[in-house]
Amino acid sequence: MSASDRDDGSLSRRKILECMTWVGTGILWSVAGGVPRSLGIIDEAVAKEAGGLKFLQISDSHIGFDFKTPYPNAVGTLSECVGKIKALPTKPAFMIHTGDISHLSLAAQFDDADKVIGETRLDVHYVPGEHDFVDADRKLFLERYGRGSKGAGWYSFDAGGVHFIGLVNVYDLKAGGLGNLGHEQLEWLEADVKGRSASTPIVLFAHVPLWTVYPNWGWGTDDGAQALSYLKRFGSVTVLNGHIHQVMQKVEGNVTFHTARSTAFPQPAPGSAPSPGPMKVPAEKLRSMLGIANVTYQQNQERLAIIDTPLQA
Amino acid sequence: MLDLKTIRGSLVAAALGAACGPLLAPLVLPAWSQNKPASGISIDNFTFSPGKLTVKAGTTVTWTNKDDIPHGIASADNAFNRSKALDTDDAFSFTFTTPGTYQYFCYIHPHMMGTIVVEAATGENAMP
Ligand SMILES: [Cu+2]
Repeated sequence: MSASDRDDGSLSRRKILECMTWVGTGILWSVAGGVPRSLGIIDEAVAKEAGGLKFLQISDSHIGFDFKTPYPNAVGTLSECVGKIKALPTKPAFMIHTGDISHLSLAAQFDDADKVIGETRLDVHYVPGEHDFVDADRKLFLERYGRGSKGAGWYSFDAGGVHFIGLVNVYDLKAGGLGNLGHEQLEWLEADVKGRSASTPIVLFAHVPLWTVYPNWGWGTDDGAQALSYLKRFGSVTVLNGHIHQVMQKVEGNVTFHTARSTAFPQPAPGSAPSPGPMKVPAEKLRSMLGIANVTYQQNQERLAIIDTPLQA
Repeated sequence: MLDLKTIRGSLVAAALGAACGPLLAPLVLPAWSQNKPASGISIDNFTFSPGKLTVKAGTTVTWTNKDDIPHGIASADNAFNRSKALDTDDAFSFTFTTPGTYQYFCYIHPHMMGTIVVEAATGENAMP
């Protein structure tokens, strides 16, 4: 989108209206407790059963963000999430963090995040958010979390019969663009899934949504569709993202798209505010808009069950 | 940096005050009067304003972040080095010496774009 498009009131208004319509029909909003309505009953049932692979997603901890009221502090709300995680009746196999660990890629911010998250005593698989690559050399994230990864930090691993793929769509962002994976990473992805059985469940995770949520706010990935095209033959694909600081879910064929809440601050629904800046909510409401996601995979289930747990219902 | 600017400003004010009499002394002198043209772009609600800025060659352009979220300034064609991440109220300046059209964007939110048109300097603003 060019600056002149933005200046054209009628055009941007039309775009917003189109998106609003699409939001109404395409995105299922979470209801109480954060369980998406379309999958709620199945998911809750599956998640309550014993067994299966259980893992957690947390996102957007933005350590270093410190913006007056109503946000107490990002370390504090992350600690509360960690408290929830430690209190879980079943210990998850591991955790994934879908980026924006830090607010400004400062060593001290990564240190603080590591200290709090370390209390979970879980293995954590990280992918970076754009806030984790703002140091001058863009090297702190990779030094800390990039061991064994390729390129700007992408990698894959297997756990509990599921193939997990961590992608990086925030590294070399182009003027006017959205999130971006780039040619090298796409080639790697294509090779990574080649030869795997189509019955292997795939979990793809990255910071910025790989589906187009709201391009006017940069909420999408330019070459996300290309990445997903390599996964068409797989029976079960789950895409976990962060970045937009709210729960959204969409099911398209065999692909379930899901975004997690932030542990630090909420952002407005697409087009509902002049900009995607931090949402100012009353302090007593804030904790219902922050939280974690628990994911369960059981063999022979088509979809992974995802339960979003707010800090406070 | 702020200190230096303040000191320079008061030195100029003092010099002018001596030459033109005490009436002028309390005036805050805009940057252009020091023969160093300056112009500003504010970042508000994830938007650069003005979105298109036209300046004379030699002008120092300063971006100031008024949002609650950091932004970063990068040239679309590497005409200048990218800024550090600008937290709330942080600023970044660059002096444009060569006429031309410069596209820039926020490297954290790349859908945010702006243009600076640098025109040849004339008259008193001409570069030596
Ligand atoms: Cu920005």
